[in-house]
Amino acid sequence: MSEPLVVLSGVNKHFGALHVLKDIDLSVARGEVVVVIGPSGSGKSTLCRTINRLETIDTGTITIDGVPIPAEGKQLAELRSKVGMVFQSFNLFAHKTVLQNVTLGPVKVKGVKKGAAETRGRELLERVGIASQADKYPAQLSGGQQQRVAIARALAMDPMVMLFDEPTSALDPEMINEVLDVMTSLAKTGMTMIVVTHEMGFARRAADRVVFMDHGQIVEQGTPEAFFSAPESDRAKDFLSKILSH
Amino acid sequence: MDAVLDNLDVFVEGFTSTVSLTLLAAVGALLLGTLIAAMRVSPVPPLRWAGAAYVHLVRNTPLTVVFFLVFFGLPEVDVKLPFFRFAVLALSLYTAAFVAEAVRSGINSVAAGQAEASRSIGMTFFQTLRLVVLPQAFANIVPPLASIFIALLKNTSIASAFFTFEGIQAMNRLIAANGDAVIAIILAAAAGYLALALLASAAFGQLERVVRVGR
Repeated sequence: MSEPLVVLSGVNKHFGALHVLKDIDLSVARGEVVVVIGPSGSGKSTLCRTINRLETIDTGTITIDGVPIPAEGKQLAELRSKVGMVFQSFNLFAHKTVLQNVTLGPVKVKGVKKGAAETRGRELLERVGIASQADKYPAQLSGGQQQRVAIARALAMDPMVMLFDEPTSALDPEMINEVLDVMTSLAKTGMTMIVVTHEMGFARRAADRVVFMDHGQIVEQGTPEAFFSAPESDRAKDFLSKILSH
Repeated sequence: MDAVLDNLDVFVEGFTSTVSLTLLAAVGALLLGTLIAAMRVSPVPPLRWAGAAYVHLVRNTPLTVVFFLVFFGLPEVDVKLPFFRFAVLALSLYTAAFVAEAVRSGINSVAAGQAEASRSIGMTFFQTLRLVVLPQAFANIVPPLASIFIALLKNTSIASAFFTFEGIQAMNRLIAANGDAVIAIILAAAAGYLALALLASAAFGQLERVVRVGR
């Protein structure tokens, strides 16, 4: 058993008086797909964002591949280049074409030659099913298409781990599946993934482990089968009864 | 009227200088103003304070005073340049404060997610600013920049009081020589500024349409 890829230990964070993360301990193994679920305001998005330091933490440590997350500066930028992030609101670069969105990081951060970056970019766009849109601007694409570009943009950096912060919450229902399909196939390739989501179907299908959060704490965690069929905590039972009843 | 038409070459020479002052100072103000705006949004507190101090000091100082400080202050510390360059410098320093605030408002108008996405793929603060935020910020601030640069065009007239031949000095020279046609000469000078300002408006209008493409 190799050492885990992502380790959070004793992580606490406050937003003013609000204690949003309480003594979080979580380790994620290489190749593991961890799905984080929980009610709104439970701290799951914040948790996800601390892992590439888009949110700072007050106490505790986070290590990735054995290395503590550095403070602001070049080393932090280098670490982020190895941690893919997919946002709820896509955040594609609005002034760049789809292909440019996917090649900007490799060219500017990793120093890949433009031609090579474009070849790889087109391959990735092919993989997420939007190769034909390469020269369009993000605003000309549907939400589902934009999110798939965002996944390709993150993959273009060859990340060690991919973070998904509610990747389907801003999508029309009919576009959710096209994004989840891409994520499911990514999970099958052995990518380490931490996914914050409300999609229980995805959690059942693709997760190795489900982490349930409430009020800034990890309340329980386990395999999807165990968690969805026999949750231990009352809070998880209550949550599941509300979202799975219809 | 003849006094204007017969001396058109003087006006052309004067307003050519006005245009040079405007263009050179616009470039200087754009570079310095963008730098100051970058300082004001940087993660380094002393840079933020320095940027804010510059804006508050310079924006609230009359342009004439800035001219006096440049023309009489800099030679005191052994900086000696031709008067035309001093004038460009004074105009650049002054206009940069206004450009900085326009650029800062443009930066703030770019969604926070754009910078987060940029940092998430490993770009540094300056790469994020240069490659992601500023290009979008500039597209948003073309209208206020047009106003600032039209003000700059008219502000170049202050240079006439500081040994620099431009539109107003051309006017003064013609008035001195043609006492019977003062009003016509003043109106001709006004028409010169109006024509240049309208030209600048048209150019910025065109620029606004160009940067809208792809959005």
